[in-house]
Amino acid sequence: MITIANKTFSSRLFLGTGKYSSATMMEHAILSSGSELVTVALKRVEHQHADQNELLSHLKHPKIHLLPNTSGVRTAKEAVFAAQLAREALETNWVKLEIHPDPRYLMPDPIETLLAAEELVKLGFVVLPYCGADPVLCKRLEEVGTAAVMPLGSAIGSNKGLTTLDMLEIIIDQARVPVVVDAGIGAPSHAAQAMEIGADAVLVNTAVAISADPVAMADAFRMAVIAGRLAFETGLPDVKQGAQASSPLTAFLDV
Amino acid sequence: MFTEIFDSYDWHEVHAGIYKKTAADVSCALARKKRTLEDFKALISPAAAPFLEQMAAMSHQETVRRFGKTMQLYAPLYLSNECQNICTYCGFSLDNQIPRKTLNTLELLQEIAAVKEMGYQHILLVTGEAKQLVGMEYFRKMLPVVTAHFAHVAMEVQPLDEQDYAELHELGVNTILVYQETYHEEDYKMHHPKGKKSNFQYRLETPDRVGRAGIHKIGVGALLGLDDWRTDSFFTAAHLHYLQRQYWKSKFSISFPRLRPHVGGLEPKTVITDRELVQLICAYRLLNGEVELSMSTRESRSFRNHIIKLGITSISAGSKTNPGGYAVAPESLEQFEIDDDRSPKEMATVIEQAGYQVVWKDWDTSLQ
Repeated sequence: MITIANKTFSSRLFLGTGKYSSATMMEHAILSSGSELVTVALKRVEHQHADQNELLSHLKHPKIHLLPNTSGVRTAKEAVFAAQLAREALETNWVKLEIHPDPRYLMPDPIETLLAAEELVKLGFVVLPYCGADPVLCKRLEEVGTAAVMPLGSAIGSNKGLTTLDMLEIIIDQARVPVVVDAGIGAPSHAAQAMEIGADAVLVNTAVAISADPVAMADAFRMAVIAGRLAFETGLPDVKQGAQASSPLTAFLDV
Repeated sequence: MFTEIFDSYDWHEVHAGIYKKTAADVSCALARKKRTLEDFKALISPAAAPFLEQMAAMSHQETVRRFGKTMQLYAPLYLSNECQNICTYCGFSLDNQIPRKTLNTLELLQEIAAVKEMGYQHILLVTGEAKQLVGMEYFRKMLPVVTAHFAHVAMEVQPLDEQDYAELHELGVNTILVYQETYHEEDYKMHHPKGKKSNFQYRLETPDRVGRAGIHKIGVGALLGLDDWRTDSFFTAAHLHYLQRQYWKSKFSISFPRLRPHVGGLEPKTVITDRELVQLICAYRLLNGEVELSMSTRESRSFRNHIIKLGITSISAGSKTNPGGYAVAPESLEQFEIDDDRSPKEMATVIEQAGYQVVWKDWDTSLQ
């Protein structure tokens, strides 16, 4: 169970909805993953006729909540506008704030993201910002009232895993809001690793969507997230070089 | 500006450099994680021909990773065939005695209705170059009509000044396509003897002006066959390489119009075969994972069916290349002959059968 703002989700796996070979395939993969929060790009939705949208019609399940995202915008101003459109079209005040003005690596703009987050929180949105794995930025986002932070594991769609591991550990250590590791998670082991270091959730898209069998891959991620979380809650032993004798320094006290 | 980079190259040296590449150069290029423009030369060289299957597999994989199993559909909409330029290869050239037509608002609305009926949300507006009749004044009048009906508006019109592009952006235009035709300066002048288009420099600098105006997506390309297609493609790639770094907030796309030998038309200087076109598409993808690659209806059914998986990210269907072609005046002269005349619905079925999701909408004019 994980709670973000006022909602509780039984799965710590969140999914994207892009890149699938069909909307039906997407639906089956999402159901297989057990995910209860899926993100949808506003630009893909006909916001005046959201009720007739094919993509959305495949996401109508009682347990699945929509998280509209602002993908495609380049500035805070555009993001705030997009979030408002999304609120009308999808009837939710939740928004995944994505401002990546660079279309090559899709790196989030920290300055515009912070500005937009502050504004959107004031406007009553539940803001989940996609951001760089920058511990200070994550604290600043938290301070302006975001409901979570979503630092990147590596570049979107890169499947490289947690190349930002050290920074993610600091972010998780410092955070007072849920940390959702987003982007770059290319294998179930990456998702498990994120959970093992204490991330509250992960968001996955490419690795499932472009898999030869998205339904099976979604299930693999479902299990990996559960396993990683269980390991974190149980407490993993520290990694040590070589063996260590028991109590070599204080054994004399027992004599 | 790109001019400085362009001036640092010599056409003949580049040409020779491409044709000198060996199988070993191609192997090196394929083994690299990040490829350079030199690698691109190897990949488009004759030496890469035996590597085509491997290139296709890598291009497929890279495209799916970046774009997913999706294909964007779009349609061209010709607003006018008025043109003050002479271009030796174009049906709308000033010296061609054809009935000239520019859509008025009512006609445009009829065309829009026909295109929307086919399911389209992304539209590409096309004109010739006739500044008085089809200039900014005309665009100011017509664009609000278009943006009210489409989620994504692209334009392929005459080169404009930076402030005009900024205004088009404000009017809701997302994408500007402007093709250099050829980067061979002397041959360019030979093929464009009259009109504003004869100014090579102004055209070469156009993507810079588009980029400075903050346009979201910029399309570049060469008319393949007008000159040596390999050398022109290298310059296109070098142009893209520069533009991507200079205008880092813009997206880019490349198209592959090829000049085909036909009766009474201009004989291509070099013919690019189907195999070579596939090689070129894969080479662009292996150079650049993010660039959008676009395919028109100039190509045959069979070619288009198979190219879906090889690196292309957007494709047109049911296209008409004459103003009024969809509803107002379907019989008028087209700019170029369509080879694949399947409807968008038929094309969508082919795409879905190939295991791809057809994307009709991937933008919103209200987002800009």
